[in-house]
Amino acid sequence: MASSIQALDAGLAAPDDDELERAAARAHRRYRNKVRAWRVAIIVVVLGAWEIAGRTRAIDPFFFAMPSLIAAKLRVWLTTETPIGSLYAQVWVTLQEAFLGFLIGSVMGVIAGILLGRNRMLSDVLTLYVRIANSVPRVVLGSIFVIAFGLGMASKVALAVVMVFFVVFANAFQGVREADRALISNARFLGASPLQVTTSVVIPSAMSWILASLHVSFSFALVGAVVGEFLGSRQGIGLLIATSQGTFDAPGVFAAMIVLGVIALAADALLTAAERRLLVWRPAITTER
Amino acid sequence: MPSTDTPDPVIELRRVSRRFMTPDGRSLLALRDFDLTVQRGEFVAIVGPTGCGKSTTLNLITGLAQPTTGGVRVLGRPVGGIDPRLGFVFQADALFPWRNVLDNVSAGPRFRGRPRPEAEAEARAWIQRVGLAGFERHYPHQLSGGMRKRCALAQTFINRPEVLLMDEPFSALDVQTRVVMQDELLRLWETTGSSVVFVTHDIEEAIGLADRVYVLTARPATVKAVYEIDLPRPRVLSEIRYAPRFIETSRVIWNDLRHDAIAMA
Repeated sequence: MASSIQALDAGLAAPDDDELERAAARAHRRYRNKVRAWRVAIIVVVLGAWEIAGRTRAIDPFFFAMPSLIAAKLRVWLTTETPIGSLYAQVWVTLQEAFLGFLIGSVMGVIAGILLGRNRMLSDVLTLYVRIANSVPRVVLGSIFVIAFGLGMASKVALAVVMVFFVVFANAFQGVREADRALISNARFLGASPLQVTTSVVIPSAMSWILASLHVSFSFALVGAVVGEFLGSRQGIGLLIATSQGTFDAPGVFAAMIVLGVIALAADALLTAAERRLLVWRPAITTER
Repeated sequence: MPSTDTPDPVIELRRVSRRFMTPDGRSLLALRDFDLTVQRGEFVAIVGPTGCGKSTTLNLITGLAQPTTGGVRVLGRPVGGIDPRLGFVFQADALFPWRNVLDNVSAGPRFRGRPRPEAEAEARAWIQRVGLAGFERHYPHQLSGGMRKRCALAQTFINRPEVLLMDEPFSALDVQTRVVMQDELLRLWETTGSSVVFVTHDIEEAIGLADRVYVLTARPATVKAVYEIDLPRPRVLSEIRYAPRFIETSRVIWNDLRHDAIAMA
């Protein structure tokens, strides 16, 4: 009797489980393919419509460009050179400016955020000025920087720093303020000095806030660098855009935009990888291993 | 090295009262005429209705709160700032989530300037003692509630605190795990000889663990009664709760508390 029930169990349950798993995997694959298909469909429709509208002169490709013209422009830039020299040189200059600005701005932002977050008096005095400075459209400062630091890299880096600083500062400050009181008290009882509390409790708990802000702020640094180049420079993607604009080269503007987008996406992927490494202790990430 | 035969209590609260200012500017009396003494090596439990100011007494002992009137002396001197001879086990999880078990337990010695190999060797011994061997590389979120408490106990005991303060440390655990952890605590405490102040709202827990139980009134809290618990040691919680003397003591305390409990509800 018992053995026949076991046999029944084995006969029903085992293939059932397998069958269910296979079905679930199939359903999941089907869903993923559907998502991909829709993504491709949307881009094809949008670009196709744009191309057709341009070719039928529904819109004037001279002003609004056309996907084929943009692709041709990109091909020329990649294989020969842009009106202001090699494309790679321009990318390199803009990258350097954005990266330097990002680095300086985020380090300053983190330090200022931690200092003000840990010091009540300092933050009560200074937050008013931070808020005022934050409310000024920072791009305007670019003009000052071009006047003060000239047409070289320094003025672009300065603008990128200003763009990045406030975002990172606000997040670091908030992260420090949100640090768990119990963890801080625990560290104190375990014998931590105020400095040790900062380094081993406050900074790690602010880390997820800070990293989240770094994601946003690299694109801010890129904006700072490009706008700075726009306002006055001798090289860089921003100058490439300004030059294209000056020669009524609409495909050139779009092509430069695509180059910027690729840079921003690559930087974002790098930061995501860094974040994964730094936050292994967080549940969502470690349980996936 | 203070001589151990001094009659000086380890903790002494004398006619302490504590007044809070609420954000809307009203003042609120949390403690009134509160007296508490803890002798060296003694296990004292503080029981009272929820929200009566039990945790305030711990904050007074640690110096996180200053008494409005009255005096607090800990280890022979007035309280001023966090004393490294005190250990504190929290109600909530206070393990560092970004550190694994080994780094959490060795945190105390590391903060106190011990070299890493030494601190880690001692941490491993304590991890073994609380039954977490094999979990050194696990992060807190990978442990169960009971295991996290074991880790928290190891983290505190490794500093060999002379005074151990515990703020409802086991209240978040399920009943079975709680009894296991209570026995674990008694076992560890009996090897160290620290003085303990254990705050809880669970009368059975207080009777089972402590030498003396302070029962507080509802807010403003003051000492309603003090009970000497003369159950023999070493105790095993899972057995002692059926001893006639345990049942009798808890009946007496329940009767005393009933009025306050009704008033609070």
